Amino acid sequence: MSPLRRFLLAPEAIAGAIILVALFAMALTASLFFPGDPQAIAGPALLPPFQDWSLPLGTDRLGRDVLAELFHGARTSLVVGLAAAAAALAVGAIVGTLAGFAGGLVDEVLMRITDAFQTVPSFLLALAFVSVVGPSLGVVVTAIALGAWTGPARVARAEVLSIRERDFVAGARVIGMHPLEIAFREVLPNALPAVLALSSVIVAAAILTEAALSFLGLGDPNRVTWGGMIAEGRAVLRTAPFLSIIPGVALVLTVLGVYLAGEGVVETTAVRRSLS
Amino acid sequence: MTALLSIRDLTVTYRRDGSEVAALKHVSLDVAAGERFAIIGESGSGKSTLALAIAGLLPGSSKVGGSIEWKLPNLRLPHSFAPPSVLPDMSGRTEGGATERRPSAIATSHMPLGGRDIGFVFQDPSASLDPVMAIGEQIAEVARTHLGLTWSQSYAKAKSLLERVRLPDPDAALRAYPHQLSGGQKQRVAIAAAIAAGPKLLIADEATSALDTIVQAEIVALIRQLVAEDGMTLLFVSHDIALAAELAERIAVFRHGELVELGATAQIIASPRHAYTRALLDAHLGLDAEPLLRQAGATR
Amino acid sequence: MSSPLLAVSGLTKRYRRGGKTIAAVDDISFHIEPGETLALAGPSGSGKSTIARLVLRLIEPDAGHIEFEGGDFLSLNGAALRARRARLQMVFQDPLAAFNPRAMVARVLDDPLRTHGVASRPERTRRIAALLERVGLSADLAARAIHEVSGGQRQRIAIARAIATKPSLIVLDEAVSALDVSVRRQILQLLLDLQRQERIAYLFISHDLGVISAIAHRVVILDAGRVAESGNARAVIGAPQSAIGKALVAAAPKLNRTSQGAADRQ
Repeated sequence: MSPLRRFLLAPEAIAGAIILVALFAMALTASLFFPGDPQAIAGPALLPPFQDWSLPLGTDRLGRDVLAELFHGARTSLVVGLAAAAAALAVGAIVGTLAGFAGGLVDEVLMRITDAFQTVPSFLLALAFVSVVGPSLGVVVTAIALGAWTGPARVARAEVLSIRERDFVAGARVIGMHPLEIAFREVLPNALPAVLALSSVIVAAAILTEAALSFLGLGDPNRVTWGGMIAEGRAVLRTAPFLSIIPGVALVLTVLGVYLAGEGVVETTAVRRSLS
Repeated sequence: MTALLSIRDLTVTYRRDGSEVAALKHVSLDVAAGERFAIIGESGSGKSTLALAIAGLLPGSSKVGGSIEWKLPNLRLPHSFAPPSVLPDMSGRTEGGATERRPSAIATSHMPLGGRDIGFVFQDPSASLDPVMAIGEQIAEVARTHLGLTWSQSYAKAKSLLERVRLPDPDAALRAYPHQLSGGQKQRVAIAAAIAAGPKLLIADEATSALDTIVQAEIVALIRQLVAEDGMTLLFVSHDIALAAELAERIAVFRHGELVELGATAQIIASPRHAYTRALLDAHLGLDAEPLLRQAGATR
Repeated sequence: MSSPLLAVSGLTKRYRRGGKTIAAVDDISFHIEPGETLALAGPSGSGKSTIARLVLRLIEPDAGHIEFEGGDFLSLNGAALRARRARLQMVFQDPLAAFNPRAMVARVLDDPLRTHGVASRPERTRRIAALLERVGLSADLAARAIHEVSGGQRQRIAIARAIATKPSLIVLDEAVSALDVSVRRQILQLLLDLQRQERIAYLFISHDLGVISAIAHRVVILDAGRVAESGNARAVIGAPQSAIGKALVAAAPKLNRTSQGAADRQ
């Protein structure tokens, strides 16, 4: 049975995949359906949902189109979530591989740095970083990655420690291959599956962290974010709860979708590996 | 010679990546009670599949055709028409009415119980022993499960088994863990566990292949002695025809899932009928063999 | 004959285990002439694989000297050591474990060529095809994945990889032990052909005296990290003097093809 078919046979993985596809569709069609600035005033303020079909989800305190904001916010959530997770996985895999393969002093220094990062709560780290450097998309991505790379680094190091004892690594040394080439061309690709298994959790956590930063007003001010929308709605929580509930539900569904689809992929590839 | 088991037209196919691979094709042979029988073949010959099929250990995904008929006189299974004991009753004495039946795809007349009626020794002793359980407990557990002994009786039995497989200092070995033993010692423990319940049939599947020559010779000698003392039937699966010839009375040669030649050891070794058997014998590099070095004409 | 190809003297490697220091290799000396096969024999734990790893500088000795092609091999480091490795290659016991599980046949043969600066990509492609044919395989095999080819083919590829950089010495660590007997004989024949044509010397590590007596010129029998005896392979195996040598000879399975089977003796 192919991994794709196994994936399609798991209902939770399909549910996750459907949510993700919808999310990507929203992000990709945001400028198509809602050209122009989503932060521009589109109608009367605090219009409830399902009243005016040109503004199906209503408007916020400043009369901005909630549906347009939701679409453009999906874009930010995805970009930040994926970019931060990719950065964290890449840095973690490289640091873990170097530490595990080099051993000795290099290992000691790199792992103490990892410890240091792991001791500080990752959200505080992101908060401090953004408040010092200033909010922009790149900074937010960096800030989130700063707190997320330690997990992948530890997993990569553990994998590398066992892989480097295998014959084919000795074989590469006998050939006269450069140690860096052995580490990154021979060892790292074999350690990668275990590291990538963390990606669903990291992407989901990154999306939540981004929302939390935006909620606290530390997101990129020029972009619509779901966290920012929830923060906006907080002021009128009693009179217009839908302004917080709609982006909140979107956030929960997204995190759930990423997690379910990610686990589905890990699950199906793990079965394939154990079979071969 | 009374037959212990009779295999007729046995075919085993595995499903691999959507296609079916026949590991054994229409194999028929009899194994006599009390004989030392060797199954010889190279990789892909189906020799291990046959051993697993006899032990009822084939993976569930495999398809099995044909039959393996057991002639065990004292099986305590529902529906078994056990005749009065011919062989000394070893397994049934404490089993009482409690019986369990393992699901198996093989059409058999009476399926014996793995561990009690069949002892199995695998190639890699590290893989067949539990790394976090003391040696004594692992052997005692087999004795307790199949012989219905109390724990203290089982431990006494385990100690006597460790003495029988000639492990140095059996008292210490009872409390030792597998990683504290050498490869040869681990294989002795695996053999002790395999014979703990007094099986009729001992299957050794490449049991000495991972060991060096000296330890291999010791293990072969041990197996020979245990089989003789307990009156067990031995099924010795190996790729090494010379090793099998030292131990077995009859040899079956397998190739690509088919039984190529079956006969008494002396006949197989001295006058093989099949070209493949001859090729296997010729390929053996004994100490007295003509050196390849001289054949190649290489001189220094 | 001039200076030996490889001269090992006083080689020692100790391990700490549970507070005790154990010498896995204890003051071992031997030498190999160009184009010669020297076998290291002994039971498991005798130190033969440790010696292989020491000679290849995969691990570092605690004492001793290794002279290779007239130079001090232990003093080499970094780029100089990597360059020298072209002349000293290895074939492992398990041909599957010896290759990156994700690799293609072409890549495992390309690695040594590329590492030792062999020419352009088309030139390397041509050399890969030639190497495959040199070890009796079809050049088409280059496009296959390592895990797709048979065990015997894999060991031939391992030999092709070892000879890619034109070494003067190849360490064969139980290189034929995991192979089927019929395949084993073909691989030994291939090794002998290569030795005759390219004058490659082998350090042949095995516990199988039958194989050693078939292809080795000289043998060193090891026991617990020390040399028990050494000399002409046929002479030592024909009449071993040491206890361990006698035990190894006695333990080797023997085929008595003329008289009745050995099974009857008990």
